[in-house]
Amino acid sequence: MLRYVLRRLLTAIPTLFVIVTMAFFLMRVAPGGPFNQERGLSPEIRANLEAQFGLNDPLWLQFVHYLGNLLRGNFGPSYNMPDFTVTELFAKGLPISVQLGASALVLALLLGSMLGTIAALNQNKLGDYTVIALATAGSTIPTFVIAPVIQLLFGLTWRLLPIGGWGDGAFINKVGPVLTLALPQIAIVARLMRGSMIESLRSHHIRTARALGLSDWSVVVKHALRGAILPIVSFTGPAAAALLTGSVIVETIFSIPGVGRYFVDAALNRDYTLVMGTVVVIAIFTIVFNLIVDVMYAVVDPRVRYD
Amino acid sequence: MTDIAATAPTVIGRSLWGDAWARLKANRAAMFSLFYLALIAVISVFGPSLVPHQYTTIYGDYVRTPPSLSAYPKADTIETALTEAIKRMRVDIKEWRQEGNKVFVIVKSAKPIDDRNIRYLDRSDAFDDTKIESKSPDGLEVTMSASIKQQYFLFGTDNTGRDLLSRTLMAGRISLAIGLLAGVVAVVIGVVYGAAAGFAGGKVDEVMMRIVDVLYSLPFIFFVIMLVVFFGRNFVLMFLAVGAVLWLDMARIVRGQALSIRRQEYVQAAEAMGVGQRGILLRHVIPNLLGPVVIYMTLLVPQVIILESFLSFLGLGVQEPMTSWGVLISVGAKNIGTANWLLLFPAFFLVTTLFALNFVGDGLRDALDPRDR
Repeated sequence: MLRYVLRRLLTAIPTLFVIVTMAFFLMRVAPGGPFNQERGLSPEIRANLEAQFGLNDPLWLQFVHYLGNLLRGNFGPSYNMPDFTVTELFAKGLPISVQLGASALVLALLLGSMLGTIAALNQNKLGDYTVIALATAGSTIPTFVIAPVIQLLFGLTWRLLPIGGWGDGAFINKVGPVLTLALPQIAIVARLMRGSMIESLRSHHIRTARALGLSDWSVVVKHALRGAILPIVSFTGPAAAALLTGSVIVETIFSIPGVGRYFVDAALNRDYTLVMGTVVVIAIFTIVFNLIVDVMYAVVDPRVRYD
Repeated sequence: MTDIAATAPTVIGRSLWGDAWARLKANRAAMFSLFYLALIAVISVFGPSLVPHQYTTIYGDYVRTPPSLSAYPKADTIETALTEAIKRMRVDIKEWRQEGNKVFVIVKSAKPIDDRNIRYLDRSDAFDDTKIESKSPDGLEVTMSASIKQQYFLFGTDNTGRDLLSRTLMAGRISLAIGLLAGVVAVVIGVVYGAAAGFAGGKVDEVMMRIVDVLYSLPFIFFVIMLVVFFGRNFVLMFLAVGAVLWLDMARIVRGQALSIRRQEYVQAAEAMGVGQRGILLRHVIPNLLGPVVIYMTLLVPQVIILESFLSFLGLGVQEPMTSWGVLISVGAKNIGTANWLLLFPAFFLVTTLFALNFVGDGLRDALDPRDR
């Protein structure tokens, strides 16, 4: 197992390299630069700025410099927020996005599996149809509709939650964003769980367990759940990577100072280093979580072996 | 053998499509959704020209008017509208009264009043047909009459005083058109690419699919934003490009299907009977491919509509004064505190359309999937 993990980590290096290279050159091919704003700087100032950040060097040299800095853990300065380095920006925003994303993920996994199990146990009955209807709604209504509706209902009409803002991480400020992030995921988890639970309940060992007279609770929780949980495990990898790296929509609507907006803003302002930083962070999250999921797979299902 | 054939009743065979249609018709949710989609499409295409307001017309007097089934101006706002207009004439109201659909106002001033002043009443969104009824001999007092312009704003108006109903319908036109356009682009590229890979097989197939894998591994949002950066904010070009990004799934599906269909026994049987490549392609492969393609297309259109709304929400998609559901929702989300109808109407249209598209997609999948029989 340890050898497998090490091998996976080693193969991640070329993957990361390809992603970094593609992103670097794609970004540079795009017209415009970090210092061509509408209210332009005078040419002299711009030339100085570009010289300071090494933007006049040949592209391959800049790439080599960037890779060298990256290997030493230096993401470089942000071009549009010159008071901060990219590392500082992430140190500030990432904990916020991770908190929200992780809470949403846990909520989605718990609630989604519960709803899915309820639906599977009541297949083709009222409980099942209710869960299916909720899941359809949850996965159809886009986030940018859910978020303002939550603001409208809980924030304005019933005045239970603040409309937005981070409030130094007060619990009440997190409820709205976490709910918005979690709802679509709950829908997906519930659907997956329903399908796999129905299948798992039909398998032979469940029939045996029932024949041995085990209680419903122990049949479902101890025996059926273990087989049914595999699709949820593989869903968790990409979902965690996406949720923990912040959502543009949710963070914009609820005015949360996370990292979700960095990508869009940076790409539009040609803040090259910040774009690259975001790409690297997302890629690392994706690789790490996919690895964790594959290891979890072997833990949950002993038939899965990595040699 | 022969007398069995003679006595057997003539059975009219049902084609694959006839069969699928019959099953789709039995699915009430899917049929209802299909009608709903047709309705949305019709009102989006013809609605904007039937609604009495242009989607770009600005009614300065009706900024953020709440939705209402009765006509504007309301009885209590007539006086405000009148005093506003008269104030612009720089004269004073002596008295005014309303008779049915007309208002009569007597104004006075220290200086003789110019007849052309009546245009100020016409310029107001509440009145038109202003006439001078009578003038005092010294020209210091004038009686004017104007008819009240009845206007309906069923969905209310937006921040600049544009009718939300006509904007929502126009937005539907754009959103649906973009969904179809990008959907068709994605399907065409995906089918051609996937079919080519599936048929070529071997090395060519492997290389073509590795390319798809590489494109898959880049974050999707990165791709889209790069496209926005390259194509600027020209939305037709951009959505052609978005369609060109969404073909990856289609290519995989079509390739997989093409590979598996080629290995089916009926294809082997056809080959054994000496049917040519062309015949197998036309008679067996394409009809069997159409099912998954149609299903995927109905699921792709809502994806594109959501993507368009997402981009418009970020301010990267459709630009003012043109509009789409995403643009309207993003404006609505910023004004929920003061004008929630700006969010609720477009959101209702978007969400119900997405629902309907999903139900039709699910229904088609059930109807066309032969394993389900």
